[in-house]
Amino acid sequence: MPQTSEMICVTCPKGCVMQVKHEGEHVLEVLDGCKRGEDYAICELQDPRRMVASTVRVTGGLHPLVPVYTRKAFPKPLIPQLAQKLREVEVPAPVTINQVVLQNALGTGIDIIASRDMPKSH
Amino acid sequence: MSQTYDTIIIGAGIVGSMMARYLSQYKLDILLIEKEADVGMGTSAANSAIVHAGYDALPGTNKAITNTLAAGMWPRLSQELGIPYARCGDYVVATSDADMDVLESLLERGQINGVPDMAIINGEEMRRREPLIRPDTVGALWVPSGAIGDPFAATIAAAENAVMNGVDLKRSTAFEDFLMEGDRITGVHTNQGDFHSRWVVNAAGLYADDVMHKAGVRPEFKIRPRRGEYVILDKADFQLTNPTVIFPTPTEKGKGILLASTLHGNVIVGPNANFVDSKENTAVTRAGLQEIWSGGSTLVPGINRKHIIAEFAGLRATGNAPTPNPAIDYNQDFIIEIPEEVQGLVNLGGIESPGFTAAPALALMVIDLLKEAGEVLEEKADWNPVRVPRPVFRHLSKDEQAALVASDPAYGRIVCRCETVTEGEILAEIHAPIPADTYDAIKRRTWLGTGRCQGGFDMPRMVQILSDELGIPPEAVTKKGEGSQFLYRPTKQVEEDHLSVEALI
Amino acid sequence: MKTSYDVIIIGSGPGGLAAAIAARENGAEDVLMIERDIELGGILVQCIHNGFGLELFNEDMPGPTYAQHFIEKARDSGVETLMDTMVLEITPERMIYAINKSSGYITLSARSIVLAMGCRERTRAQIMLPGSRPAGVYTAGTAQRFVNVEGYMPGKKFIILGSGDIGMIMARRLTIEGARVERVLEILPYLSGLTRNYVQCLLDYGITLQKQRTVSRIYGNDRVEAIEAVSVDEKWNPIPGTQEVIPCDTLLLSVGLIPENELSKKAGVLLDPITNGPYVDDRFMTNVPGIFAAGNVVHVYDLVDWVTEAGYVAGKGAAQFAQAEKVEPEALIPLKAGDNIRYVVPHKLDKERLAEALVRLQMRVTTPIEERVLVTVENQRGEVIARRGEPYARPGEILTMAIKPDTYQAVQDASELTVNVRQR
Ligand SMILES: Cc1cc2nc3c(=O)[nH]c(=O)nc-3n(C[C@H](O)[C@H](O)[C@H](O)COP(=O)(O)OP(=O)(O)OC[C@H]3O[C@@H](n4cnc5c(N)ncnc54)[C@H](O)[C@@H]3O)c2cc1C
Ligand SMILES: Cc1cc2nc3c(=O)[nH]c(=O)nc-3n(C[C@H](O)[C@H](O)[C@H](O)COP(=O)(O)OP(=O)(O)OC[C@H]3O[C@@H](n4cnc5c(N)ncnc54)[C@H](O)[C@@H]3O)c2cc1C
Ligand code: SF4
Repeated sequence: MPQTSEMICVTCPKGCVMQVKHEGEHVLEVLDGCKRGEDYAICELQDPRRMVASTVRVTGGLHPLVPVYTRKAFPKPLIPQLAQKLREVEVPAPVTINQVVLQNALGTGIDIIASRDMPKSH
Repeated sequence: MSQTYDTIIIGAGIVGSMMARYLSQYKLDILLIEKEADVGMGTSAANSAIVHAGYDALPGTNKAITNTLAAGMWPRLSQELGIPYARCGDYVVATSDADMDVLESLLERGQINGVPDMAIINGEEMRRREPLIRPDTVGALWVPSGAIGDPFAATIAAAENAVMNGVDLKRSTAFEDFLMEGDRITGVHTNQGDFHSRWVVNAAGLYADDVMHKAGVRPEFKIRPRRGEYVILDKADFQLTNPTVIFPTPTEKGKGILLASTLHGNVIVGPNANFVDSKENTAVTRAGLQEIWSGGSTLVPGINRKHIIAEFAGLRATGNAPTPNPAIDYNQDFIIEIPEEVQGLVNLGGIESPGFTAAPALALMVIDLLKEAGEVLEEKADWNPVRVPRPVFRHLSKDEQAALVASDPAYGRIVCRCETVTEGEILAEIHAPIPADTYDAIKRRTWLGTGRCQGGFDMPRMVQILSDELGIPPEAVTKKGEGSQFLYRPTKQVEEDHLSVEALI
Repeated sequence: MKTSYDVIIIGSGPGGLAAAIAARENGAEDVLMIERDIELGGILVQCIHNGFGLELFNEDMPGPTYAQHFIEKARDSGVETLMDTMVLEITPERMIYAINKSSGYITLSARSIVLAMGCRERTRAQIMLPGSRPAGVYTAGTAQRFVNVEGYMPGKKFIILGSGDIGMIMARRLTIEGARVERVLEILPYLSGLTRNYVQCLLDYGITLQKQRTVSRIYGNDRVEAIEAVSVDEKWNPIPGTQEVIPCDTLLLSVGLIPENELSKKAGVLLDPITNGPYVDDRFMTNVPGIFAAGNVVHVYDLVDWVTEAGYVAGKGAAQFAQAEKVEPEALIPLKAGDNIRYVVPHKLDKERLAEALVRLQMRVTTPIEERVLVTVENQRGEVIARRGEPYARPGEILTMAIKPDTYQAVQDASELTVNVRQR
C-alpha cells in the first residue's frame, strides 16, 4: 500500500520539508525536494546514514583530544557502537588532517579520520 | 587536636574581618573562622556598597552612632588597606511637596547625627547636575559626604591585613556549638574540630541569632532575612553623568530603589526589600526583577533592559533588638554587647544596613567593651596597618602596563577579556596571604568574569590555571567550594552511558 | 619587530582568515592577523561537527577542516600572525594597542584595519533568568569548548534552553559522549536554529524539544539541582499551572549571540542597534575610513560560507584602501529593510561597484511565513530590481540574496533600495 510521509532533508542547509510517496522501503515519488533530496529520501527509507563527528584522545598533543569524523555517512543504528569505540582510541601527536584514526569502523568499510592537524604540545 | 586562642571570631564578613584587623594590633592570639570556602561570601558580597553619610539612621541608635563614627574613618582606612573608596556624594530626589517635607526631616536628622555640608537643591539644579534624572524632579537633598566603597575588596583586604598581622584564618570551618564550663565560654566546637579561647566574637551575620542562642543568650532575638535584588548595567552602555548615588524619597516601605555607580565603573539598580523563608535564599525572582526595574526606570527613565549584564541578591540580617536607650522607640537596632548571662561572648547582631559602612566602628566599639570588661589589651610594636594593593592592570596607564608586562610576562596574557584581567593578577591572588582557590574567590578579587560575557570566555582558562597552580585535577576546581565543581569527568571516560540504539532507530 | 602594516586583521576566524588572504591577493604587502587564542581558526576550532562548506565547496566538512583549509592558505600567501595576543584598543587613526606574554605591550599602526572579532554568547543575566546562582549554568559555546577542546564534560544531566544551532548541536554532542539531555526548551513558537539541525541533532537522538516553554527558576546553591520549566504565552508571560520541576545538574544556554564590538566602539565605529554590529557599506567599510569589518562582528551569520565570502570582500576593500587606489566610494545609496524584514546587511551600496562584482545581501525576517515567499529588492518607486523565491521565511534562518552585475543599469537612477519579503 503506497503511503505519503513527510521528511525533512538534511543534506543542505535549506532543510526542505519533502512529501515522500513510498511503498515500504520503495520510493515512488518525492515532492518539494531537489535531486539530492530524492537520494536522501531513498537512503533514509532503506539505509539511513549520517555524518558523525566526535573526538579521540591524543597523547602529547596541543590539546588532549583531536576532532575526527566519518569519511562518509555512517549507518545510523551503529552510531552508539561507534561512539563507544571512539572512546577507546588513542593516537600519539602529531596528528595530521585526514589521518585515519580508526580503519574500517565496525566493519562498515568507513574510515574515521582526523578533521585537523594536532601538533605536539610545546 | 585542639588549639588555644585569646579570641575567636565567628564569621569573616566585613564585620568579622574588620574586627580581626583592628584586634590584630594587640598582643592577642586570634582565630577567625568562616563556614564558607572564602571570606566575604555572605551579605558582604551582595549590597549597595554605599558608605552612608549617616542622615538616615534615627539619632541615638547604635546604627546612627556607628554610622557617623565610621563615615569619618573610611578615608584613612581605605588608604591603609589599599582599597578603592570614592566620596562622590549622594542625592535623595523629591517629586512632590510631600517628598520635600521628607527631605527637610532627613536634613534635620543628618544635622543631629553630625553629617556635614548637606543641602537641599531645587529641581532645576538637580537636572543640571544629572540630566538623566526623572523630569518631574522638584528638588533633592545633596549629601557631599556620601561615598561608595568596594565591599569585596574591603572584606578581603581587612582579612588579609589581619592575617599579615598574625591572625589565623580558617575557611570552610563552621561554628557548631560553644565549649562551656558553667557559664564561662572556653571555646568553640566546629566541623573542623574544637578551638579554645577566652573570648568569642559572634559576627555570624544572618546566623548571629542562632549563634547566641547556642549560648542561651537573647532567646527572643530573631533575624529575619530580608532580600534585596539588583541588576548591574554594562559600563560601556550606560553611565550616570557623574559617579554618584541617587535615592528616591524614602517611604514607610523603605529607602526605595536606587541607582548607584560602583567603583568598578558600572551602575547598579536596586534593591527591593522582601522577607524570605531561608537564610540561604539569595535567588533572584521574576517579580523582584520587575519591581526593581520599574523603580529604577522611574527614577532614571533612560536605562535600558538590554544593558543588563548581571543580577544578584543579598539578604539583610533584619533583627528585632530594641535600642539600648529606652527613651528611643526603635526595635531594629544593631546589637553591640557583652551579654551578662555568660562570660566570654561578644555579640554583633542584626547588622543590616548600614553594616558595611559601620563595620570599622563596630570593631572599635567592641575593643572598648573588652577594655571595660577588664581585658588588658597591649599594643604590638610591629603592627602593620598598611596592606599594599597588588597591581590592577586595567587601572594603569599604557606606560605602566608596558612596564608591568616587561617585569613579569604573566601580565601580558589577558584571561578575562571584558574586564581586562591578566594572568599575572590571577596568579598573584592564588598565591596571596589568603589564597584565592575558587573561581568566585578570583572573581571577587580581580573582577574577572564580571563583565558582559559573565565568564563565558575566561572560565575554561580559569579552570586550567586553578588546576595547574593548586595541583589538582580540573574536575576538582570549584566555583565556590566543595560541591560546586564545574566539570564532571574527562570527555572520553564514560561511566554511565545514556546513548541508546533505540533512540536512533 | 615591524610596527606598521598595510592591513591588520583582528581575529582569525573564517572572517579574519578570508580577509587576510584577500588582502594579500589584492596587493597589500604587509598583512598581519592578531588572535588572542593560541591557535588560528576562531570559533571553528570547537565546532567539530559537519555542516561547513556546503555553499562554497559543495562539500560537507567539519569546522576544523574548513578552518585548516584557510589557515594553510593564509600561511602560504605570506600573512603574518601574532598569536596569544589581545588587542586592547584601536583608535580612529588606526593605531592598535595589543599585549602578549612574549613581546609585552605592542603598539602598531595600520593603513587599514579589518575587525573580525566574531561574537559572544548571550548570558543568563541578559535573559533575566531567575533563581539561585550555582555552578552548572553554562553558555552552550563554553560547554562546547570544554567538551571538544579541553576534554571535559561539564555535567551528567542537561537541560538546554534555546533551540539555536549551538544548543541543538551540543544536545547531540553530549548524548554521543554518554550524557543525558533531558529536554531542549524554546520560548518562541518556532525553532531558532536550522531545521536540519532539529532533525539530525534532536529527532535522531530522541531528544524532546518543547516550544513556547522556558526556564522560570534555577534551584541549587552549590551546583544546579533542578530547574523549573514553564509554558509561556505570545508575550512570554508564564502560564500558571504549567510549571514542572526537572531534576538536572547542568543548564546550557543557547539564547543568542551578540557581535563583539567593544573595540569597535572605542575606535568611533557606529553600531546598528538591530544587528549590534557596525553600519557597513558593500565593501564592509564602517563609518570610520579605513576600518572594515567582516563576519559575526557585523551580524550573526548562520553559515560560515557567507562569512568567508564577506571576509574576502572586506579584505579586498582594506587592501585597496591601504594602497589608496580607491578611497571614497562613488555612489552610495541606502539599503533599507522593508516589509517583514528586520535588517539588511550591508546597509549601503555603491552603485558603481555593481559593475565589477555581485553584492550579497543578508537579511533576517521579522515574522515567520510558512508558505512560498517572494524576496524583492525595489527602488524608491517600487520598481523591482531583483527578486527571488523561497519556500518559506523564518526568523531563525538568514535569507541571502545576490544583486548581480546585470542589474547595474537598473540601479543607476535609484536613490535607495528596499528589500521586502511577501507571501507569493
Ligand atoms: C540589599 C542590601 C543592601 C545593603 N546596602 C548597604 C549599603 O549600601 N551600605 C551599607 O553600609 N550596608 C549595606 N547593607 C548592609 C551590609 O551589607 C551588611 O550589614 C554587612 O555586609 C554585614 O556584614 P556581616 O559581616 O555582619 O555579615 P556577612 O557578610 O553575612 O558575614 C557573616 C559571615 O559569617 C559566616 N557565618 C555564619 N554562620 C557561621 C558559622 N556557624 N560558622 C562560621 N561562619 C559563619 C557567614 O558565612 C558570613 O560569611 C546592605 C545589605 C543588603 C542585604
Ligand atoms: C557553535 C557554532 C556552530 C556553527 N555551526 C555552523 C555550521 O554548522 N555551518 C556553518 O556554515 N556555520 C556554522 N556556524 C557559523 C560560523 O561558524 C560563524 O558564523 C563563523 O565562524 C564566524 O566567523 P568569524 O570569523 O566572524 O568569527 P570567529 O570564528 O568567532 O572568530 C573571531 C576571532 O577573533 C578573535 N578575537 C576577538 N577579539 C579579539 C581581540 N580583542 N584580540 C585578538 N583576537 C580577538 C577571537 O579569539 C576569535 O578567534 C556556527 C557558529 C557557531 C558559534
Ligand atoms: S532537498 Fe535539496 S535543496 Fe532541499 S535540503 Fe535537501 S539537498 Fe537541500
